[in-house]
Amino acid sequence: MKIDPKTFAKDYQLNICIQCGTCTGGCPVKFRSPLNMRRLVREAHLASDYASLFKRPELWACTTCSTCSLRCPAGVKNVEFIMGVRNYLANKGEVPSTIRDALENTFLQGNPWGRFRDRRVDWAKDLEVKIVGEAATETLLYVGCAPSYDPRVQSVSVALVKILQKAGLDFGILGKKESCCGNEIRRMGEQALFKKLAKDNTNLFKKSGIKKIITISPHCFNAFKNEYPDLNLPVQHYTQVLADLIEARKLKLSHDLDLRTTYQDPCFLGKQNLVFDEPRKILTSIPGLQFAEMERSKQRSLCCEGGGGRMWAEGETKGTRNGEIRIKEAVALGAKVLATSCPFCLLTLEDAVKISGSAGQIMVKDITELVAEAL
Amino acid sequence: MKKIGVYICHCGTNIAAGVDIDELVHLSGKLPGVKIARDYRYLCSDPGQDLIKNDIRELGLDRVVVAACSPRMHEMTFRSVLSAEGVNPYYLNIANIREQCSWVHKEREKATEKAKQIIRAAVARVLRQEGLTARKVGIKPSALVVGGGIAGIQAALTLSNEGVKVSLVERSPYIGGHMAQLDKTFPTLDCASCIFTPKTVEVARNKNIELFVCSEVTDVNGYVGNFSVTVKKRPTFVNTARCTGCGDCVEACVLKKGVPSEFEESIAHRRAIYIPFPQAVPLKAVVDKESCLLLRKGKCKKACVEACKAGAIDFEQKEEVVEREVGSIVIATGYDLFDPRLLPQYGYGVYENIFTNLQFERMASPSGPTRGEILLKDGTVPNRIAFLHCIGSRDENAKSYCSRVCCMASMKQAHLAKEKTGAEIYEFYIDINAFGKGYQEFYKRVREEGVYFIRGKGSEIYKKDGRLIVEAEDTLLGTPVEIPVDLVVLGAGLTSRHDAESVARIFGISRSVDGFFMESHPKLRPVATNVDGIFLAGCCQGPKDIPDTVAQASAAAAEVMSLASRGQIEVEPITASIDPQTCAGCKLCIEICPSSAIDFLEAKGISVVNEALCKGCGACAAICPSKAAKQNHFTQDQVLSEVEGLVT
Repeated sequence: MKIDPKTFAKDYQLNICIQCGTCTGGCPVKFRSPLNMRRLVREAHLASDYASLFKRPELWACTTCSTCSLRCPAGVKNVEFIMGVRNYLANKGEVPSTIRDALENTFLQGNPWGRFRDRRVDWAKDLEVKIVGEAATETLLYVGCAPSYDPRVQSVSVALVKILQKAGLDFGILGKKESCCGNEIRRMGEQALFKKLAKDNTNLFKKSGIKKIITISPHCFNAFKNEYPDLNLPVQHYTQVLADLIEARKLKLSHDLDLRTTYQDPCFLGKQNLVFDEPRKILTSIPGLQFAEMERSKQRSLCCEGGGGRMWAEGETKGTRNGEIRIKEAVALGAKVLATSCPFCLLTLEDAVKISGSAGQIMVKDITELVAEAL
Repeated sequence: MKKIGVYICHCGTNIAAGVDIDELVHLSGKLPGVKIARDYRYLCSDPGQDLIKNDIRELGLDRVVVAACSPRMHEMTFRSVLSAEGVNPYYLNIANIREQCSWVHKEREKATEKAKQIIRAAVARVLRQEGLTARKVGIKPSALVVGGGIAGIQAALTLSNEGVKVSLVERSPYIGGHMAQLDKTFPTLDCASCIFTPKTVEVARNKNIELFVCSEVTDVNGYVGNFSVTVKKRPTFVNTARCTGCGDCVEACVLKKGVPSEFEESIAHRRAIYIPFPQAVPLKAVVDKESCLLLRKGKCKKACVEACKAGAIDFEQKEEVVEREVGSIVIATGYDLFDPRLLPQYGYGVYENIFTNLQFERMASPSGPTRGEILLKDGTVPNRIAFLHCIGSRDENAKSYCSRVCCMASMKQAHLAKEKTGAEIYEFYIDINAFGKGYQEFYKRVREEGVYFIRGKGSEIYKKDGRLIVEAEDTLLGTPVEIPVDLVVLGAGLTSRHDAESVARIFGISRSVDGFFMESHPKLRPVATNVDGIFLAGCCQGPKDIPDTVAQASAAAAEVMSLASRGQIEVEPITASIDPQTCAGCKLCIEICPSSAIDFLEAKGISVVNEALCKGCGACAAICPSKAAKQNHFTQDQVLSEVEGLVT
């Protein structure tokens, strides 16, 4: 597959770049990787042939946090550009082997980890959850791949189901029919597979008669809300749902949690989709919880390096991971708990706790887990 | 019998290359009413014009069609040609065969056919045109200047020195605007107060200037030469005739903690009764009714009244409304600074020791809250300072334009900071906009003084280990940087005033896409607006430095002078008129008129057009159900004959 550099430049507005460096300056992996967004844009803009230009391992270091795109004063579509480059590489088969495996697994088993499709709903076997299609419901709780298969994240799914049931919300899950939302697939460059997932999922949702979707992962939230072309259904992240339930007094938090807690804004929920207040509302509604704000919060939250396919590839990054920096920040704040609302943040930050030896000082918990404890 | 002369211009090759001139001449000569048809290389030239003049004289032509460029170019030129030979200028018609034909079509044959149709239409129309006489309107020799910053002051002084009576209306309690807040100005490092105080004092002294402070224009009626404006004077609760500006009341005010001072850009507080700054003109105390305890809550021991030896404080003072009749208006309302809180990545308002450029000016100013010293919030002197350029400017997420002055302001501030603190100074920039006289030389000076320039826009500011960290990329080296500093100055951009929309509505002027007031023509008419008699000066029209502001204010004053000294002007007769016999008084025209130019005569029950206000848009003629309203020079007859000429 050959790309005409002129159309490439036009599609991603590379011509418009004034080389100010705001992108590279704000990039969360700028000190860990030779990835230099500004230089990449310039080289792509001036190149006549991309064959050698894109043979760089650091292209896989990008987490697609979108800080660059959001801040670019000229309007260059940086993140779309990276995805376009990765698409080009994916079509040529020139991707890291772990990425290749993740993509193939998604194609075959509906999740990047290649776990069996049939076992997707094992986590809910004791929970009496409705399966959409077998029982009538208008609200879909879209679980997602990590919350379905990863043992650590499964407790988030369990906690959320218990909370929603306690609040009397009627909802169902897709069960074994659920397939990957495709957000990370698109970010890893497999446009064609993403389009297929989007189409199949959209049809599945429509056929099931559901009118509303709740997601556990901000990544799924982003895909359904912003990137599925024909979905046309309201989508909410669970923090928005829980905040509404607390506001409407349908969720009573009576158990005291004497914990100094801080919060990591996930990139796909926070800076990209501007959901900042709802998670904080939930945390401050938990009795006894002392909420402390980290230095770099909300739009300035530091990316955990879990997105953009980074769960499956390192992109040859070196040095201390951002997760460790975050844990240090939280510990310095005197926090006993670092709360988050994204499965990838949860996993990477917990990893960081272990690596940095802070296991005795701080715990990483999802908001659902804290709410479940406070019920 | 009408005698029409048709003149076809080659316009060099602009028209001649795109259409066949000979065919056009041939066709024109055969059209009904045409006495002669000629062509010429450049009709707008002197010999070209003489050609037409000769024919009028010798052939007795009474109507002329010029087939050439757009009427916007030379309609006036050829109308003068007709007037010179005693023919009413409105017997001219222009057929645009350049912009609407030869310039936009590639096939010569088809373009020629189209040009023939255009000329046919023009000839048919000119047959139906009527002679019109321009109306004369008197111009009052007085002016209103809105805004008392350096632009307004300059305009007011220039006008008053020429004998024009000026009403200068300023919203805040002092004149001088933003310039009064500045310490030293680039590139000469003149002290701002030192250079403008003579001007402000002159304004206060000048017999021809009536100064209104704490006032706003609330209503404008009328038309060029004859505006009537309503000015609302807010009560300051201080009798200015008695107040000596001694400041005793300020000392005594019970609101010890005070409220953020507007003049000090909120880095210091002021009391409820206050004097804006020591060199303020007028030097009078002012009570802010939003923060005054007595006015808000009715309870205060009135320490100020007690302290005032002149007995000048008067809490019974009421708002005053005055009317003034003026011939012209100069709008000089200035700018607001971009609010960096709209860009949360810079931590403004979250972290201490992050200031805007205007806040830095107040710190640097000897009459400011730190007596001219650059200090951190804890009172210590910074060792390292970062200046970030383009905050809110050149940014699709904020304002897309460049604010023009902040590069120079940043460098000047870097120079001042270096001089005062000896700190290590970093300028984070994208481009250095050093465009004016002495500016590039100043840039060199600042580099010689050892200021570091990093080419990379500041991307984010966060705090680590108690220090502010500026994140950016040094794009010239191609490496990302994180520089710990003690103090950050954000180069915030200039924006239109927050109430520019309502001000524009009061005066009936337009705004450009960037939010500033719109000039008539960006290159050739930079101070006029779409409303005759209303002019712009200074940053309200777009960001600019002090030299350009003063120049533009002088230009606006010159335009006003030009009107005032003429004493009267001619108003284009392309206005509407309503036949009083046919008008049924339905008032549909009044409803639709965008210029509010139609009055209703109660006594006679009919509508009448105010010709001076009428802009000739034709809306009334279109809507009138009885065809009583007619648009001069665009009557139904004329327009339909033109259409006929096109389609036959």
